[in-house]
Amino acid sequence: MPVAAKAELARNAIGRLVPLEVNHKAQTPFLGVNQYRPSGAKAAPPIRSSSDYPASGDKRLPDLESAFRRCGLREGMVISTHHHLRDGDAVALPALETAARMGVKDLMWFPSASFPAHAPVIDLMEAGVVHHIEGSMNGPLGDYCSAGKMRGLGVLRSHGGRWQAIQDGEVHIDIAVIAAPTADPFGNATGSLGKSACGSLGFALADSIYADHVIVVTDNLVPFPCVPWQIQGNNVDCMVEVPSIGDPSKIVSGTTRITRSPDRLKIAEYVAQFLRDAGIMRDGFSFQAGAGGIALAFVDYLRGMMKEAGIKARFVRGGSSRHLVEMLQEGLTDYILDGQTFDLDAVRSLATDPRHVATSPFTSYNFHGKGNFASMLDAVVLGATEVDLNFNGNVVTHSDGRLLHGIGGWQNCLFAGCTILAVPSFRDRLPVIVDEVTTLTGPAELIDVIVTERGIAINPRRQDLRDAVKGSRLPIRALEDIQREVEDICGGKPQKPSLLKRPVAVVKWVDGTVLDTVWQVG
Amino acid sequence: MTTNPIAPPLITDAGRSGRDNDKGVRSDLRVQLEIRSSGGIQIDLRSRVACSYGDSIRRQAQDVLEQLGILHAGLLIADEGALPYVISARIETAVRRAGLGQSRRALPPAIAAPAPSARDRLRRSRLYLPGSEPRYYVNAALHAPDAIILDLEDSVHHAEKDAARILVRNALRAVDFGGCERMVRINQLPLGLEDLAEVIPENLDLVLIPKVENAEQVREVAARIDDIRSWRRLVRPVWLMPILESASGIENAFDIARSHPTVAALTIGLEDYTADLGVVKTSEGFESSYARARLVNAAKAAGVQAIDSVFSDVADMDGLRRWGERSRALGFEGMGCIHPLQIPVIHQAFAPSPAEIDKALRIVAAFEEAQSKGLAVVSLGSRMIDPPVVQRALKLVSRARQMGLLPPAPAEAR
Repeated sequence: MPVAAKAELARNAIGRLVPLEVNHKAQTPFLGVNQYRPSGAKAAPPIRSSSDYPASGDKRLPDLESAFRRCGLREGMVISTHHHLRDGDAVALPALETAARMGVKDLMWFPSASFPAHAPVIDLMEAGVVHHIEGSMNGPLGDYCSAGKMRGLGVLRSHGGRWQAIQDGEVHIDIAVIAAPTADPFGNATGSLGKSACGSLGFALADSIYADHVIVVTDNLVPFPCVPWQIQGNNVDCMVEVPSIGDPSKIVSGTTRITRSPDRLKIAEYVAQFLRDAGIMRDGFSFQAGAGGIALAFVDYLRGMMKEAGIKARFVRGGSSRHLVEMLQEGLTDYILDGQTFDLDAVRSLATDPRHVATSPFTSYNFHGKGNFASMLDAVVLGATEVDLNFNGNVVTHSDGRLLHGIGGWQNCLFAGCTILAVPSFRDRLPVIVDEVTTLTGPAELIDVIVTERGIAINPRRQDLRDAVKGSRLPIRALEDIQREVEDICGGKPQKPSLLKRPVAVVKWVDGTVLDTVWQVG
Repeated sequence: MTTNPIAPPLITDAGRSGRDNDKGVRSDLRVQLEIRSSGGIQIDLRSRVACSYGDSIRRQAQDVLEQLGILHAGLLIADEGALPYVISARIETAVRRAGLGQSRRALPPAIAAPAPSARDRLRRSRLYLPGSEPRYYVNAALHAPDAIILDLEDSVHHAEKDAARILVRNALRAVDFGGCERMVRINQLPLGLEDLAEVIPENLDLVLIPKVENAEQVREVAARIDDIRSWRRLVRPVWLMPILESASGIENAFDIARSHPTVAALTIGLEDYTADLGVVKTSEGFESSYARARLVNAAKAAGVQAIDSVFSDVADMDGLRRWGERSRALGFEGMGCIHPLQIPVIHQAFAPSPAEIDKALRIVAAFEEAQSKGLAVVSLGSRMIDPPVVQRALKLVSRARQMGLLPPAPAEAR
């Protein structure tokens, strides 16, 4: 029987109905931004003795099955994998399939993100090998979960929220399987080198520290030492060499190509003009742009304006791509602090340019850190599937309620000095500005500016930004005004989606509290 | 069930759908209509926006069929997020293709009529919108071309001419093209004459007539427009822009330019013109320099605007800028564009330079001073200014104001 069916529900501080128990664990409903103060000690992996590991440092085993056996794989365990190779990944699925061949059931898969290449996990859920997924679900996996077919509840966390959950013990990883483009027999590993180089391995860092067991899988084994290492071999139990960990050309997936749509280019240009005219673009400033086509195009417009004005940034944060790398090479920024690497130009830059620095969700996003980089940014440019009249944002579900995207670093980035959502005012016939978001992923108090091709709306809470762009030629409009225009074009207000009163997943806030519920699609 | 065993069930379709290829169809729909003799209207809807607009689409489809007098039919809709005016157009096309509803129309609600356009208005850029691609219409005005041109001619496959005519008519009614002049390029005559009946009543500002060879063709179009305007009691002016696309068209440029008082501009189509000459079209345009100069001269002699062709390499912005600057130097006042990103480049190319504006302002000031003193002779410093120079300066200042390069005139003195 699905766990969800018997869950008790309560309204959280932002008025959303959320379950008080998720996958047999008690939950705290969202209390408000920066209101939750958990206490106690952080989680820790079991004590190990180095004498139990080969003195030669050679931890190689012939295959994944032997590695799983060595790590004591059994029913009900939590298996984690990572998305550095994005849609080109060829480690997560073989790992779960190996577990299937070993006859193990009811695993919880804990990926840092899933991609279309992982759709066959549906078969493993049908076969009972995987019980449920806590991590992003989209495409066929999203549809499977949205239809209520998964046995447990999906749990959607931000990149920072994943670190938080590992660190405060909400999720205990039994076995982490880390795909490494280069590694040595001791387990030191890097993403920067090798035929499958993908850049940073930051998403696997928490897993390598906190999991009970860590398996590193590589297709480029080098003699000890693999330097500089991103994953420390001292945390690694065993090493497996395989012919290929994936296809690095697929690191560049749909969301990392610059847009060619003139309407979206217009949005990108407005975003850059906003940063310029609001005075945010100034010497020593910093910004982060996400992976969407608009965000990438925005970087190109901003570059032009920075050159024109003779302005240089102190640091920019990626998701890095060719566009940021060129800024670094042109001297428009001192550093790239890189969370993940979106194209092969960025992979090369990270490997060779000391000013291009790999970061992790710990440095950038973690709620349990003593501060993090995201809140130090002057501006961040993000996408969204919906925004509502209160300035709340949705990034995880489609307007029909189906799961569409993971949260990624989206929630964590909302803490930047100026958070800009760059969105088309409608997609096909669907208005993006709605009365109330289908799934609340980001609270209004952290969302400052909505930029559409029909105009720019500034959150009334940010009088400072309104004053800053007064007298500029920017098309500043009320959000309601843009919404009305779009509803006229689209033929009236959209119907509400018909969702069943049965949770299929929850959206966590960065602190681990429950922000909203994803309901079964009818 | 049909009562006649010989007649096959009548099935027609219209529009496009499907996501099979790389790009996929968006903002359009495909309808399949089966005319029946009983059973009322049965609608089978597949839509990517069903969850948000499914009920609305079903209601609209039912209404459109009723307006067209169809009482019994099966309608299969595969919708890719089309806007309501597109849905009406595709259903109406399917009905007409069944040979029905010929004397009726299913018109979408009309937006408020935009202000009519002036004969000599600013026409730096006109953005071509293919008559078969509705996805580009609704945001076209956001890129602020001086005009949008809905194309029924070369961008529409001959099998889709009927569909494009209905779609363009609906777009003219329902889409807000903002401050853009509303243009349609009709088909080559005689088919183009049939286009007029659908589009003229929908607040159209200007008709582009393709492949014009002689003045008589323009007068034929003007007469048909006059018929429609008097029959529908329309007061809004409709201007003409003949497109010269052949050697003989160029030879007749002056006659064509003065063929009818509603001709507002002449333009040139270089693809067909270079083909007619048997030369290669280049991005420098040397091969058409005679034709373009001849056209400018004919237009100016007849007192109409000269407008240049399009620059077809969308990726080459530097080439476009050079083309536009040369084009302005020749005497053209604007050109066509096939991508919104060309618009700002064209506007820059056709803008007078700050030095030109400055000089014109000084001449205008001297002219106004002479007027106020009752002097017949205008002088600037030690030089006397001839009346044509004054006229040119006045026009340049007024254009610079329209382009936003100068603040509006105080109290609009002229």
